[in-house]
Amino acid sequence: MVSEAGTSTRLSRRGLFRGGLGIAAGIGLAGGLSGCGSALSAGLAGTQLAPGTIMYWNLFGGGDGVRMVDMENAYQASKGSAPLQAATFAWGNPYYTKVTLATEGGAPPDVAISHLTREKNLAEAGLLEPITDDMLASVGLSASDFNQKAWENQKVGRNTYALPLDTHPFVLYYNIDVCKKAGLIGSNGRLVPIHGTAEWESALTAAKKATGAFGCTVSTVGDTATSWRWFQTLYSQRDGNTPWLADGGTKLTYNKELTLDTLAYIQKLTKTGLMPATTDYAGAQTLMFTGKSAFYLEGEWEITTAEAVKGLKFSMEPIPTLFDKPACQADSHTFVLPRKNRSPEQLKTTLEFVRFLLGQSMTWAEGGHIPAYLPIKDSQAYRNLKPQSFYAPAADFAVYDAPAWYSGSGSNFENVVGAQIGLVQQGLATPKAALASIHQQLSVYADTPSPL
Amino acid sequence: MSAQLEASVLGLTPRTDVGRGSRRTRGMTRAAWLFIAPFGIFYILFMIWPVIYMIITSFFNTSLVRKGFGSFAGVANYHEMLTRPDFWSALWHTIQFTIYTTPPLVILAFVFAVLANRVQHGQWFFRLAFFVPFILPSAAIALIWTFIFTPSTGLWNSFQALLGDQNPLPVLGTPSIAMVGIAITTLWWTIGFNFVLYLAGLQDIPRELYEAAAVDGATQWQQIRAITIPLLSRTTTLVLLLQIIASMKIFDQVYLMTGGGPGISTQVLLGLITGTAFTDNRIGAASAASVLLFIVIVIITVARQVITMVQERRAARND
Repeated sequence: MVSEAGTSTRLSRRGLFRGGLGIAAGIGLAGGLSGCGSALSAGLAGTQLAPGTIMYWNLFGGGDGVRMVDMENAYQASKGSAPLQAATFAWGNPYYTKVTLATEGGAPPDVAISHLTREKNLAEAGLLEPITDDMLASVGLSASDFNQKAWENQKVGRNTYALPLDTHPFVLYYNIDVCKKAGLIGSNGRLVPIHGTAEWESALTAAKKATGAFGCTVSTVGDTATSWRWFQTLYSQRDGNTPWLADGGTKLTYNKELTLDTLAYIQKLTKTGLMPATTDYAGAQTLMFTGKSAFYLEGEWEITTAEAVKGLKFSMEPIPTLFDKPACQADSHTFVLPRKNRSPEQLKTTLEFVRFLLGQSMTWAEGGHIPAYLPIKDSQAYRNLKPQSFYAPAADFAVYDAPAWYSGSGSNFENVVGAQIGLVQQGLATPKAALASIHQQLSVYADTPSPL
Repeated sequence: MSAQLEASVLGLTPRTDVGRGSRRTRGMTRAAWLFIAPFGIFYILFMIWPVIYMIITSFFNTSLVRKGFGSFAGVANYHEMLTRPDFWSALWHTIQFTIYTTPPLVILAFVFAVLANRVQHGQWFFRLAFFVPFILPSAAIALIWTFIFTPSTGLWNSFQALLGDQNPLPVLGTPSIAMVGIAITTLWWTIGFNFVLYLAGLQDIPRELYEAAAVDGATQWQQIRAITIPLLSRTTTLVLLLQIIASMKIFDQVYLMTGGGPGISTQVLLGLITGTAFTDNRIGAASAASVLLFIVIVIITVARQVITMVQERRAARND
């Protein structure tokens, strides 16, 4: 009796084990049969997905994501394309952590998107392959094909680690109907140019009258990046401004007087009610889209959202020069090659893929980004693209965040500084208190040796 | 027959011989170890070793992007954390959140459980209503409540505007009340767990006690004070301990709802640790902060345990 029971248990256990093997084999087989390979079976066996597959990681959501998928599809439909496996992740710090850990773990993608301001840190951490002139030439590219502002800024020392895809500056959106009502539209149908703070405030006052609510909106709550972009745009427009950080972030070198004055100006705009003191990212756009504000400040990528609003007539311009010289906060999306052993063929296939996507910059430009690839940017087709081409000059006076191991788009630096600027906008902190808090928090980073 | 042989080789054959009792026990111990082994290996690999690793790295300048431990830092990481103002503010926010959430989560769960337990018909509905939020993932909870707390146009601000407050403060955008917003979210989300524990405890109390008390003329309130609360004290001890530990480990809601803002007014220790480790690439410094949080939790837990022991001893003496 005991023996029988024992046998039956043993048998069923073996059966279970066999069954498990069967399932595993089945997965393997299925993977082998379907030419392109299954990610699961490749993962289980630790093999490459399919010989020559390009792994491409990016951080594009929303309208950008849709356009990038269009570009990927165009690549796959093109002659001689390699199999492509693209993965999209949520942007910001988690994305860079993923790229870092994957590269450290020896399983990075073949090519990845990185912000220009974050690429430098990845490169300094030894996570990227340098891109030589020969490598570029092998696929018919050269340094002169790219916007020089972006090209010079991506360099680490003398080395190139990134191929810029675009420049994405902080820009001004406006509601045409509201601006017409406020008398701010010129005979050419575009916004009458605004120079200096006096003109800006009178335009906002006229707009406020027309809307009955606000003149201009920018998010102030729960979005540190936008607050930083708005401040950095105005700060950079001033004569005598100095970069916020120097020597790789070990020194805080902002101009205190100009910082306090710019903060005070930003606060004045919300205190006088020309701009809302408390509104979040979605709220700021909704106010402009629904005609409760004439202007809206954000990166140009929100063009897709604006286009999707039925009946909204809008256009865009670079941020007006309110102070001494044109400037706007910006960053660039770039292609980087995470460190890994590549055969010459793999490298060529990867670079050909990048070149193909650069050639698709027109699709990308429709999403608002200013192409960094000059053959497209200088084309007639792009010049005809409106309102995108209206703010294209912004790429040439773009201001990138100062390099430091803790700075860049979506970084701790932006979080620390942007958070305090947000409080200033909301009227919850004085410029002086905000700057003191910023200084105290940044000092901790400045005093810490770079972990890169 | 062969099975028996195999079993005896493994030392599993049951023996009734009294003289070999010690051997039998040994055999059972071995079997016990075999059963524990799979879990034990995972426990050591994924629990004990990472903790040891964390303690070691906290004394080094370990970087996420460099191989090995990096240079020896001594107590520099601890010194840095203990002198960083944002570390202290994050620690305070963690404790603040614990203070905001623990008492209501224990007291309200008790009150609701007592009320639900008295319902004669349709008790299932109340159990369901209180427990359903708990099964939702934190991401869904964060979405729901961020929506409710949307500045100006959200449900809460609209309600305030309806009552006549023309410029209501955005809950998650105001440093002084952002943490309250997160605490309310957490309260709504997690009360079901404590509620169920209390309900189970309540159903273990024999009905005769209440009947006897009623016969003796005790009021409802007296019954709760003299029977329910004392007999649930073990449940309360458990609920309180679990709640304090859970609250000290607050992370998801803050990460998803405010990202530590506005400013750093809701930044909690786990947020600081995650940022230091994975954004700053400073594993060593993050480990030091983790060890400090670990110590704080141990201190609070031990303190609570000591208080309970003292109380119990005093109660025993009074008897």
